[in-house]
Amino acid sequence: MEKALPIVEVCNLTIGYGENIVLKDLSFAIDRGGICTILGGSGCGKSTLLKHLIGLYRPFSGDIMIQGRSIVTATPKEKDLMMRGFGVTYQSGALFGSLTLLENVMLPLEEFTAMTRPQRIAAAREKLAMVELDGFDNYYPAELSGGMRKRAGLARALALEPELLFFDEPSAGLDPLTSADLDRLILHLKDKLGATFIIVTHELDSIFAIADRCLILDKRTKGVVADGDPRELREKSANPWVKSFLNRNNLRYCN
Amino acid sequence: MSMPFDIDQRMEGRIEDVGSFVQNIVNDLIRMVIFTGELTLVVWDAVRHPRRIRRRETLYYMDMCGTDAVPIVVMICILMGIILGFQSAMQLQKYGGDVFIADFVSLVIVKEMGPLMVAMICTGRAGSAFAAEIGTMKVGEELDALRTMGLNPVRFLVLPKLLAMLLVMPLLTVFGDIVGIFGGMIIAVLKLGLPVVVYYNRATAAITPLAFLLGLLKSFVFAFIITVIGCRRGFSAGNDAQGVGRAATSTVVSAIFWIVIADFVLTFFYSMIGE
Ligand SMILES: Nc1ncnc2c1ncn2[C@@H]1O[C@H](COP(=O)(O)OP(=O)(O)OP(=O)(O)O)[C@@H](O)[C@H]1O
Ligand SMILES: [Mg+2]
Repeated sequence: MEKALPIVEVCNLTIGYGENIVLKDLSFAIDRGGICTILGGSGCGKSTLLKHLIGLYRPFSGDIMIQGRSIVTATPKEKDLMMRGFGVTYQSGALFGSLTLLENVMLPLEEFTAMTRPQRIAAAREKLAMVELDGFDNYYPAELSGGMRKRAGLARALALEPELLFFDEPSAGLDPLTSADLDRLILHLKDKLGATFIIVTHELDSIFAIADRCLILDKRTKGVVADGDPRELREKSANPWVKSFLNRNNLRYCN
Repeated sequence: MSMPFDIDQRMEGRIEDVGSFVQNIVNDLIRMVIFTGELTLVVWDAVRHPRRIRRRETLYYMDMCGTDAVPIVVMICILMGIILGFQSAMQLQKYGGDVFIADFVSLVIVKEMGPLMVAMICTGRAGSAFAAEIGTMKVGEELDALRTMGLNPVRFLVLPKLLAMLLVMPLLTVFGDIVGIFGGMIIAVLKLGLPVVVYYNRATAAITPLAFLLGLLKSFVFAFIITVIGCRRGFSAGNDAQGVGRAATSTVVSAIFWIVIADFVLTFFYSMIGE
């Protein structure tokens, strides 16, 4: 049987800002329907990689294919269309401050679906309930805590029920229980929507609980140092840095 | 006493300063033209699909840039009328041309000071607010979020502001014109002892419909300049709080600069067609 087309494919990608190369010569493919986490030390370029994957920045070289189509060479119109096909949450939530929570979640529905207003409200309420924010419909983002904003951002990303979701540190700043709820929500969505998740995260517990795969980036080599099932990597990785990263040891103290 | 050598060096520095100043202006102009092009596409799209205009935001900005600016516009323009009245009264009295104060004040206000003063007020209130708002959205990754949702930030953020400004600034200008002319009347009546009716009749006779419309056209152009500069500065703001502050400041400086340039060009053209 022919192998299914990977949902995200990265070839020889080099990215950075201005003159400064953050990551170089990355190549990997992510298959449909899994949960892939990207981790690495702070400042190693996880958010940068994510922002390139979703087409916000143009890479120095290399190509990024989403569902078999290049987002690097796409025309602005095609890019808009591709971007509509996936949901993204940002490290800071990135809700629109001039809209209430409900309006934030309704916005993509308003712009891209033919739903009537009551339908939109119902759909948006359902998404907010999923992230346990029911009852906060008319709050403005400024009136919410950081974790609540993050969850609302998640609800907005889910609004169009996309097949591909990118999360930038969804659980940072959440308490352990909410964070565990979030993990359950992600697993539930994976089963229900058959969606693919690409998640940047530092939460080891959540990685071991939900991830099928993890890519570990390294600042020094500016590339991927490990790629595979996080549980296996933790036990069997040949790279001591990776092993200690996943086991929460710090090499500096145990040498 | 400085040595000739120092003077040479300082001159060189000056010339460099002038050079980079001019270069900045040219770069600014190029980027503004590009942004205006992008905006034109969005406006064209809005003309074809008026239903897609975000009405609520437009109303919000009309309120913010228009309604909320009325008190300050009234204050400034009435004072401007009084100042113009004073200055012209002193000159006209010398030649016994007291009655021309009405012509002078009303024409200067309608053709020049009304649109200009309203533009200055709107630069300080709306232009800097636009830059700060968009800059803050950039810092908070909201612009990224808009783009990845497939929403055009120009349509979403600039269009409502532009529409609101284009609607509201001419209205404010009409308002400012009226109170400014009224300010001149206070001086005409109190200082020169001119009857109110005489002032009124001369003023209404002096302002031709064309002069009035050309004044409004100026305020249209100024509204466009303020919105474009404010929004563009917001989009190119640095990614931190200081960047947002700098964007707001530089909006005010360059909007005033370009408003004065535009005013000069328009006044020049108006004089060519005899207005
Ligand atoms: N807008 C930018 N302009 C220039 N350099 C940037 C910009 N954003 C990030 N960088 C640089 O790129 C590198 C990677 O940053 P990035 O935000 O991707 O890190 P990260 O892995 O997401 O870190 P964290 O875990 O702390 O979120 C950093 O060294 C940073 O200095
Ligand atoms: Mg990050």
